[in-house]
Amino acid sequence: MDPVAAKFIGAGLASLGMGLAAIGVGTIFGNFLSGALRNPSAADGQFPRAFIGAALAEGLGIFAFVVALVLLFVV
Amino acid sequence: MAAGGGIDPIHQFHITNLVELKPLGINLSFTNTSLWMVIVLAVVSALMIYGSSQRAVVPGRLQSLAEMTYEFVASTLTGVMGKEGMKFFPFVFSLFMFVLASNMLGMIPGSFTVTSQIIVTAAFAVLIISVVVIYGIVKHGSHFFGLFVPSGVPGWLLPFIVLIEIVSFLSRPVSLSLRLFGNMLAGHIALKVFGGFVVALIAAGGAATIIAPLPLLLAVALTAMEFLVAFLQAYVFAILTCVYLNDALHPGH
Repeated sequence: MDPVAAKFIGAGLASLGMGLAAIGVGTIFGNFLSGALRNPSAADGQFPRAFIGAALAEGLGIFAFVVALVLLFVV
Repeated sequence: MAAGGGIDPIHQFHITNLVELKPLGINLSFTNTSLWMVIVLAVVSALMIYGSSQRAVVPGRLQSLAEMTYEFVASTLTGVMGKEGMKFFPFVFSLFMFVLASNMLGMIPGSFTVTSQIIVTAAFAVLIISVVVIYGIVKHGSHFFGLFVPSGVPGWLLPFIVLIEIVSFLSRPVSLSLRLFGNMLAGHIALKVFGGFVVALIAAGGAATIIAPLPLLLAVALTAMEFLVAFLQAYVFAILTCVYLNDALHPGH
């Protein structure tokens, strides 16, 4: 296969990871919201934790993004 | 690497030397990154110094802005670390304000986003983890390494758990720096690419020009989202710093 084509295909495959990270972030905030609607008084206290979880999940998507960028612009 | 419309989305992150300084072969040039770091520092210092100089009972706009940021960071910090965490307040507050100001100033068209350079965020992450490790060892001695040994784990499982804990600890600076860097980079590239679509559609002429406003609308929506991300990433950076510092303050699970 042409190396340049393989590079672009690899970058495209790496971008899939960003979509999967989106599922993770959506799960966290969805569950946070459903929990918050059941017990609104406890929601504010757990708000930072929801963000920590979202940040950790999102970080993995960012890794995939960086891999795609490295394939496109560095390699 | 040309993108749509011949606009290079990476060009905005290009570092240029404003003042060449190369004593003894070491490159110490004053670059556009340095310039924007100085601007960020000046903006943050001006806000805090002016905001705290008035000392009005009924705060004005700038004073209430300074008070709001103080209250916000202080409540985040005490929420994670408790009251004794306030000794780290100056550290976390300066980190938060620097990251927030550089993210926000980076949204000005034509400006330079300091936090989109991985060396800047990596330096912050290494600084934070060094503070965690040094403070933890100075304060707790060998007890600090209890961080890697969770309690209530069966003996045969312990080596694997310790290995996983060590790897997860070592990956913290990597993920902390890459998250901020990746978010700022991705957002600014996306804005540039959508701007490039508008230019390319108008340049194509004919029927393509009619749909040119569509990517423009999306670019406006993306700009609004970028402002949210700029604040959110500064918040996430500060709160993860608090979580990691909390490990140094209270090691052991």
